[in-house]
Amino acid sequence: MMMVELGVSSPLAAVVAVLGLEWSYTLRNVVAGAAVLGVVGGVLGSFATLRRQSLLGDTLAHAALPGVCIAYIITGSRESLPLMIGAGLSGLVGTLFYLLITRTTRIKDDAGLGIVLSTGFGLGLLLLTYVQNTGGSGQSGLDRFLFGQAASLVRNDVITMSILGAIALATVVLLFKEFKLLSFDPDFAASIGYPTTMLTILITALLIVAVVIGLQAVGVILVVAILIAPASAARQWTDQLSTMLVLSGLFGAVSGAIGAILSSQITDLPTGPAVVLIATTLTAISLLAAPRRGLLWAAISRRRHRQRVQLASILHDLADAAAGEAGAVIPLTDLQAKRGVPGRLMTRQLAMLASRGLVARSINGREGWSLTAAGAEATAEASRRERVWKQYMARQMDLPVDAIHYDATEIERVLPPEALAMIEAELRAEDAAAIGRASDVVAGPPRRPSRPTARPGQAP
Amino acid sequence: MSTVQTSDLGVIPATLVESQRRRSAAPTGDETVATGPPPVEIRDLTVAYHERPVLWDVDLTVRPGKLTAIVGPNGAGKSTLIKAALGLVPVAAGWVKIFGEPFAEQRRLVAYIPQRGSVDWDFPTDALDVVTMGRYGTLGWFRRPGKRERQIAMDKLRQVGMADFARRQISELSGGQQQRVFLARALAQEADLYFMDEPFAGVDATTERAIVELLQELRSQGKTVVAVHHDLNTVDDYFDDVALLNVRLVAYGPVDDVFTHANLHATYGGRIGFLSGGPAETSAAVAD
Repeated sequence: MMMVELGVSSPLAAVVAVLGLEWSYTLRNVVAGAAVLGVVGGVLGSFATLRRQSLLGDTLAHAALPGVCIAYIITGSRESLPLMIGAGLSGLVGTLFYLLITRTTRIKDDAGLGIVLSTGFGLGLLLLTYVQNTGGSGQSGLDRFLFGQAASLVRNDVITMSILGAIALATVVLLFKEFKLLSFDPDFAASIGYPTTMLTILITALLIVAVVIGLQAVGVILVVAILIAPASAARQWTDQLSTMLVLSGLFGAVSGAIGAILSSQITDLPTGPAVVLIATTLTAISLLAAPRRGLLWAAISRRRHRQRVQLASILHDLADAAAGEAGAVIPLTDLQAKRGVPGRLMTRQLAMLASRGLVARSINGREGWSLTAAGAEATAEASRRERVWKQYMARQMDLPVDAIHYDATEIERVLPPEALAMIEAELRAEDAAAIGRASDVVAGPPRRPSRPTARPGQAP
Repeated sequence: MSTVQTSDLGVIPATLVESQRRRSAAPTGDETVATGPPPVEIRDLTVAYHERPVLWDVDLTVRPGKLTAIVGPNGAGKSTLIKAALGLVPVAAGWVKIFGEPFAEQRRLVAYIPQRGSVDWDFPTDALDVVTMGRYGTLGWFRRPGKRERQIAMDKLRQVGMADFARRQISELSGGQQQRVFLARALAQEADLYFMDEPFAGVDATTERAIVELLQELRSQGKTVVAVHHDLNTVDDYFDDVALLNVRLVAYGPVDDVFTHANLHATYGGRIGFLSGGPAETSAAVAD
């Protein structure tokens, strides 16, 4: 490399070494260029993934390669602007070809993308070989368009990329509302008079711009990563489209910049793979650690749920065994026999309940536990919710399946307010009737006594 | 007692049952038609995909201020009829007029609820934001929705019993709640004519009741509703008029007149055996 000789052997060492680097002309260009392509790719990639068209980005990129070669053959220039224009036009032709074959024949979307991608790439490689052979090996430097070479960026390249990127981003800001509706519900958008075909062409053209910006730095083969990975990572952290776009742009810029620095420091490491690895790492971290959507979060909440169910069961057991007698002490051995859980686990769970003031321990000869007043109240409330739930489940067997896994503690989340009020009124009437008869209240559902799929005490 | 129990729908608010009884008792067939052009006028409409006709020569003039159901077997072109009226699918022949003019000139008078399954509910947005989309048509290019739009959207969410869910991510809503959000979005369009594609599909019974009440409220305000409907057992409960469709229009008119066994047979062929197991009222209506 033309940079300082570092003698680094690992990417990590390279990053650290960068801190001691001279903030040189080349490094500035590399970082600025990679950041620009990261921001633009991240923002437009978000729309592409939400519209389920991320592979269109990949196809565009591969279809752009012939354009790069043809532009070079015609102009003989290594300047980035003519090459970018060639790439953009070629990507556009690829898109139109894709639309043509999927709309007029029975070829499906994925096959259509595959055809355009492979044809474009094949043609591109053919032309690349031709250029290399006629102009002397490596003369054209076009091979940097395959895997990307951020270090080859000069100031003019970065300026061109920045102008194109700014136009693309400004369009997104201006048409944010329109693009959002187009992505979420295109039929509705068309029904209120949005020119959806024109908007689709526009958003695809912007995607082409994003790809073209990234070609020299990241290469046709891997530029798709800067479209998909930051968007997927950003989606994990937010439920708002605007926030997602900002985050995605940020993730894109960070991966672009770090990847470019790495590749400029490590001999023979193309920029594309470096950027891909950084972006994918960000995505992996997001998939794991993001609140609510992340895998870790899911595991923790599953664990919490199981524990909540188990704690509720213990309270129920205590209430059952007490049979209405306030403060009745139940021997630990009885509780253990009923639950069939390991003794240590039960002791720990009882201690947890005690720390919340729901149960009290008493040692009178042998260990026993009783419900406190607060514990009795909590148990009664849980029973009430469960009864509402049971009643609802029995009545409304056409409840959508996705709603059934909730347990009764989240009842407001599933039941519409009218239903909740209606069933509660019904239960009150039932209770009043039962008291009138002075007989046992049978909480079982009036008909179809099928067992509810999920309720406290029956953890999946 | 505030509720009545029926054999297959679970709990129904007593007031609702009353209002339905009153309505069934009133004559619905031969009221004088209101002045002005009809909400929907369809002439000689033919739509084809890859040369296979989906709709064939359909003529239909929807009565104003009525709830009209479009029923028919799978692949009968029910959704396509609505989409053709809204200009969402290319028309091979014929034309559609909305209140006497082409749809493109009457968009502000029309609200549309697509099938719930047609969108990705994991899209990063919340209930209030989706309902606000109902105002986009009147907002114009580039302008962002502001306080006024969100206020209207919030009112509509309240109207469908979803005020507490305004900031809930839409993937965390149940099927019935998602359908309510779509309804609220259509209400936010503040239209005179409502096209609904399967509004009752996949919703819980309580939401179904709430939607029915909302439809009746729209009718009482003089609005016209055209809905694709899949449950033959509830057609005579929920709707005034019915269009029986199977590529061709088999019959159209007041439910009491055209929702007959002969017409159903002509629409569904031999596939209506399940009707005999339905509630007594429906069987009676069908046997007329």
